[in-house]
Amino acid sequence: MGTNKTIRVLIAKIGLDGHDVGAKVLIFWLRDEGMEVIYTGLRQTVEQVVEVALQEAVDVIGVSILSGSHLSIAQKLINRIRERELDGVLVLFGGTIPKDDIRALKEMGIHGVFPSHSKLEEISAFIKQNVRHGEEEGERNR
Amino acid sequence: MAKKTGEAEVRPVVSILGTPVKCFYGPEDLPDFDYKEKLNDPGEYPFTRGIYSTMYRSSMWTMRQYSGQSTSDSTNERFKYLLKNGQTGLSLAFDLPTQIGLDSDMPLAEDDVGKLGVAVDSLEDFERIFDGIALDQISTSFTINATAPIILAMYVLVAQKQGVEPKRLRGTIQNDILKEYIARGTWIFPPEPSIKLVGDLVEYCNKEIPRFNAISVSGTHILEYGANTVQAVALAISIAEVYIRDVLKRGSNIDEIAPLFSFHLPIGGRDFNFFEDIARLRGARRYWAKLMKEKYGAKDKRSLQFRFSTGGMGGGLTAEQPLNNIARASIYAMAAVFSGTRSLNLACFDEVYAIPSDLAIRTSLRVQQILANETGVADVVDPLGGSYYVEKLTDEMEAKIGEIIGKIESDGGIVKLIESGAIQRELARQSYAIQKRISSGEKVLVGVNKFKVKEEERDLEVYKTDPETINRQLQRLKAVKENRDQGKVESALRKLKSAAGRGDNLIPYLFEPLKAKATVGEIIDTLKKVYGTFKEPTTV
Repeated sequence: MGTNKTIRVLIAKIGLDGHDVGAKVLIFWLRDEGMEVIYTGLRQTVEQVVEVALQEAVDVIGVSILSGSHLSIAQKLINRIRERELDGVLVLFGGTIPKDDIRALKEMGIHGVFPSHSKLEEISAFIKQNVRHGEEEGERNR
Repeated sequence: MAKKTGEAEVRPVVSILGTPVKCFYGPEDLPDFDYKEKLNDPGEYPFTRGIYSTMYRSSMWTMRQYSGQSTSDSTNERFKYLLKNGQTGLSLAFDLPTQIGLDSDMPLAEDDVGKLGVAVDSLEDFERIFDGIALDQISTSFTINATAPIILAMYVLVAQKQGVEPKRLRGTIQNDILKEYIARGTWIFPPEPSIKLVGDLVEYCNKEIPRFNAISVSGTHILEYGANTVQAVALAISIAEVYIRDVLKRGSNIDEIAPLFSFHLPIGGRDFNFFEDIARLRGARRYWAKLMKEKYGAKDKRSLQFRFSTGGMGGGLTAEQPLNNIARASIYAMAAVFSGTRSLNLACFDEVYAIPSDLAIRTSLRVQQILANETGVADVVDPLGGSYYVEKLTDEMEAKIGEIIGKIESDGGIVKLIESGAIQRELARQSYAIQKRISSGEKVLVGVNKFKVKEEERDLEVYKTDPETINRQLQRLKAVKENRDQGKVESALRKLKSAAGRGDNLIPYLFEPLKAKATVGEIIDTLKKVYGTFKEPTTV
């Protein structure tokens, strides 16, 4: 708490879905909100995304999926994050996600779910409020 | 700020072209207006009023619904049900692995098998989809791009097996790869060989399957990506010219190939404006007619006719108060009809959440049927023709389309702009700008930033994919691979690879591997060795 460290975000497209304009709009918005944002590009695997997240020491991973494959991808991502001990990272999902699946994603351990047409302000506010957890546990030297 | 004229306050309005919109228009807005030159009767050059003289008095627009089922069996059942109910046009959507040339058992495919459409791994899947359906009795629309040559070759093989001559096949295949680099992302190879494959299909259909629309250049995805309504049309025409030039280079005549081109263009979306959307399509018809005649020397009337279907766009629909979307879609549909569309595929009210439910698909169809049967809007061709406002707008839209295309050409052409990511970057920026205008309330969206309700939205029924889908598909693929003659597959793929290396038209070389049960993924992997893979430019 109380530090003004820049929040680092990785926006990822996992799987084959090629609809990435929503992801890009979010990237522009988060940058305007003062965050540092990296974009993976299309057709990434869970493994690739987790490695980039580690290398770049991001605070947040945001996954955009509009193809309906969010549940299976989320489970793999959560497993991989645990394997690689990246637990402090805030994980968000966005895209074409029905209400029932929002619950399922949260039970899996996804911190925030933002279906298409969510407000940009809501997403950035959520990040700012929740990103601290990882920081507190991860680097407590202040 | 609002200006005052006398007592009344006047709300300022600016068009999508950035020009101020007057309160009313009159003869002074159309000086030297020449009916024959600008409009002419419907069915006559420059076709501003429509490409047919009697339009919906002779036949209504085609009301197509885009429906993807997960497996070849469920798709076959669905098709038979639709045919039994009097539908004659079938529409086939494919899952993402099939669109990108991956087999269901390839690593990256796993999470997407059977989602958004049918999984096709080998010719056997295709035979199952059309089992018991006489291909000379129907027309089929295929939404497929990068793997379009393989899908068309499969359709031809199924027809031959039924004893139907390919010449008698009717339908449309999207086959528009360039917009995939801009908007939807189902590319495989770099643009150059991909354009060549588009041309292969056009050239092949021209010779062997003349009644088949070998290409449908799509502006709808470009609009969803952030293009405004005029840019979407201009970019589609610019892309069509790339394909046309490729086929002309091979020695085809413009009048042989231009009639094979049709367009799928957006109506509605976040920038929707009823009159602008209509004027833009009227202007596009005139632009195309002149372009084909003056630039390409086309003489055949069919080359000059700008043929398009329309898609009522989901991008303008909202998650809030979803039933409001039925009202929005109805107005998009009316604009499409006033634009002279030949076919309409209307967005569904729940598609913000997932694949549309049956109720939502039926409601979109009913909207169209109500328009066609209850309202009189389809009785007179181009009923807005002659409106001072609409004609003025049509002139402006035609000029703007030309201006956008001219700018693309002077910047090095659309292929170069796609390769560098310049177009993608510009459109994503525009999308962000619209989003910010909605966030700030400057652009009103009913139910979103104005006229909001507090109560919890009702949960929507959504289409669920059967979790068994992938297992069934994997078992089938395994069986195909076990039961085929591996030597035949390899020799057919070798011949395909050398044909690709020589630059021959590839379509005829696809039949042998497909008959030997080579998979879509194996064929694409073979071609990747010759063509390489597209590398996405950095755009953000």
